[in-house]
Amino acid sequence: MAAAGKTHAARWGVMNVVVVLYALFPVWWIAALSFKDPTTLTDGDYIPRDWTLENYRGIFDTSEFTRALINSIGIALISTVIAVALGTMAAYAVARLRFPGKRVLIGMSLLIAMFPPISLVSPLFNIERIIGIFDTWVGLIIPYMTFSLPLAIYTLSAFFREIPWDLEKAAKVDGATPAQAFRMVIVPLAAPGVFTTAILVFIFCWNDFLFAISLTSTESARTVPAAIAFFTGSSQFQQPTGSIAAAAVVITIPIIVFVLFFQRRIVAGLTSGAVKG
Amino acid sequence: MSTRAQPAGTPPSPGAGTEQTEPDRAALSAGARQERRLGWLLCAPAVVVMIAVTAYPIGYAIYLSLQRYDLRFPGQAKFVGLSNYGAVLSSPFWWDAFWVTLFITVVSVVIELVLGMGLALVMHRTLFWRGVVRTSVLIPYGIVTVVAAFSWQYAWTPNLGYLAELLPSGEAPLTEQWPALWLIILAEVWKTTPFMALLLLAGLALVPEETLKAAMVDGATAWQRFTKVMLPLMKPAILVALLFRTLDAFRIFDNIYILTAGAHGTGSLSILGYDNLFTALNLGIGSAISVLIFICVGIIAFAFVKLFGAAAPGAEVKR
Repeated sequence: MAAAGKTHAARWGVMNVVVVLYALFPVWWIAALSFKDPTTLTDGDYIPRDWTLENYRGIFDTSEFTRALINSIGIALISTVIAVALGTMAAYAVARLRFPGKRVLIGMSLLIAMFPPISLVSPLFNIERIIGIFDTWVGLIIPYMTFSLPLAIYTLSAFFREIPWDLEKAAKVDGATPAQAFRMVIVPLAAPGVFTTAILVFIFCWNDFLFAISLTSTESARTVPAAIAFFTGSSQFQQPTGSIAAAAVVITIPIIVFVLFFQRRIVAGLTSGAVKG
Repeated sequence: MSTRAQPAGTPPSPGAGTEQTEPDRAALSAGARQERRLGWLLCAPAVVVMIAVTAYPIGYAIYLSLQRYDLRFPGQAKFVGLSNYGAVLSSPFWWDAFWVTLFITVVSVVIELVLGMGLALVMHRTLFWRGVVRTSVLIPYGIVTVVAAFSWQYAWTPNLGYLAELLPSGEAPLTEQWPALWLIILAEVWKTTPFMALLLLAGLALVPEETLKAAMVDGATAWQRFTKVMLPLMKPAILVALLFRTLDAFRIFDNIYILTAGAHGTGSLSILGYDNLFTALNLGIGSAISVLIFICVGIIAFAFVKLFGAAAPGAEVKR
C-alpha cells in the first residue's frame, strides 16, 4: 500500500515537473539570452557562461526603449483605470439591478469580446487620422479600454454575485439611497474583485500588439511590444537579438510579479468570469 | 438600433429586453422605477464607449469598403460599389490566407483542447506543488505574445537556438511553408493552452466528487469515469472554452508577424488585412478585408450558438 502510494506520488511529481518545464522553459531561454554577451550569444548554452548586463545597459541607453516603456506603463494604466471604473458600474447593474435591456447589454459585450480587432484597424486608423489622435496615447487608450470592458464586466459581475448583498439592504433600511448603499457598503466589499479585474485588464493592454503597431507611427505612443518588433542592432551588421531579449525580460517582469503574488485571484477571476457568465 | 441603451427616464421601447408586461409597467412602483433609472445610468457610459468604438467604426469600415480609397492617391476616392469585395474574393491572396488561418485555427484548437484537458486534470488532481504548478501555468497566459514569439523564433534560428540545433544543419524551418506553419501552431499552442486549461479547470470544479466516487464504486474505469461522467458534466465549460479559443485563434496575428511576417505562405487573414492597409495603403481593399473577416467571425460564432444552443455563454448569464 505504501509502495503504491509512493509510485503514485512519483508519477504526479514527474507530471508536475513536465508541466512546469513546459510552461517556463521558453521564458527561461529568452532570459538566458538576455544575459549573454554578443560573443557567446550563439553558443546554445541554456545558462550563460559569462553573465553580463551589457544588453540591458544598451537598451536603456537610447530613448527608443525607455520612451516605449513609459508609453506602455502610462497607456496600460490609464486604460485599466477607465475600463475598470466603467466596468464596475455596469457589472453592478448587471449583477444587482432589474432593468430592461440588461440581456442586450450582456449580449453586446459578449459580441465585442469576440470582435476581430483587425476589423477595426482600418476604420480606426482613418478616424484617428482625421480627428488627430493617431499616434497619441488617447488613440491607443480608447480601443484598449473598449476591448477590455467586456472582460471587466464579466469578471466583475461574477465577483459581485458572491457579495453578501443583505448588507446593502440593511443600509437601505437604515435610510441610504441605492447610490449611497452602493458607494458606502458595496464598493469596499467589492474592492478585491475590482483589483483582480484590474490585473487582468492590465495584462490584456500590456499584451496588445496589433493596435500598437497600427495606430502609432513614431516613438510618441509606441508601446514596448511594438517597439521591440522594430528594434535594430547598434550597427547594421548586428542582429538586435540581445537587445530584444533584454527588452522582452523587462516587459515580462510585471507579469511574473502579478502572477507570483496574485495567482489564486487571477485564476478565480478568469474561471468565474468564464463559467458563471 | 436595439442595442442602444435607453436614456434614463424614457420608457423602454417594446421588445428591447423588456421584462415587464404592459399593465405592469403602468403600475411600476417608485422603487422599481428608481432601480431602472440607476441601472441605465450605471450602464450608459460602458454602452456609449462600446458603441462608439466598435459599432461606429465597423459601419465606417463598410462605407470605406465601398469606395476606391488609396492613401497614395487620395484625390481619386470614389464610390465603387462591391467591386473591392469582388477584387478580394477573386484573389488567390485572400484564399491562401483563408485556408492558412483555418488550418491554424482548427489544428491549434484541437491540440489545445487535448493538452488543456491534461493540464487541467494535473492542476485539479495533483497531490503536491499545486500552487507552483498553477503559477507556472499562468505565466504563458500572461506573458506578452510578442516576447513568446521571439523566444520561439530564436529557438528555431540556425546557429542561435537550441531547437534548431536538433535539426540537420542547413535546415531553416521558418523559411519553409509547412514547417513554419507547424512552428506557428506550436507557438500559439504554448501561449494559449493555459487559458484553455483554466477554463476547463473551472469546468472540473463543477463535477461533484460524490458522483465520481459513486461511478468508481459501480466499477467504472478511470477512462469511463472521464468520458461518461466528467465530460458530460463539463460540457458547458468545454463549449465556452472552444468558442473563445476558436474565435481567438482565427484572428491570429502577433505570432505570425514575429515568426515569419507572413512570408512563405504563412500569412493569416489578419496579416493580409494589415499588409493591405499599411504596406499597400489601400483603405478600400483593407476595409473590405476587415468586413469579410468580421463576417467570418460572425459565422463561426453563429454556428457555435446554433449547434450548441443553450451552452452559449450568453445563455448562461440567465439568472
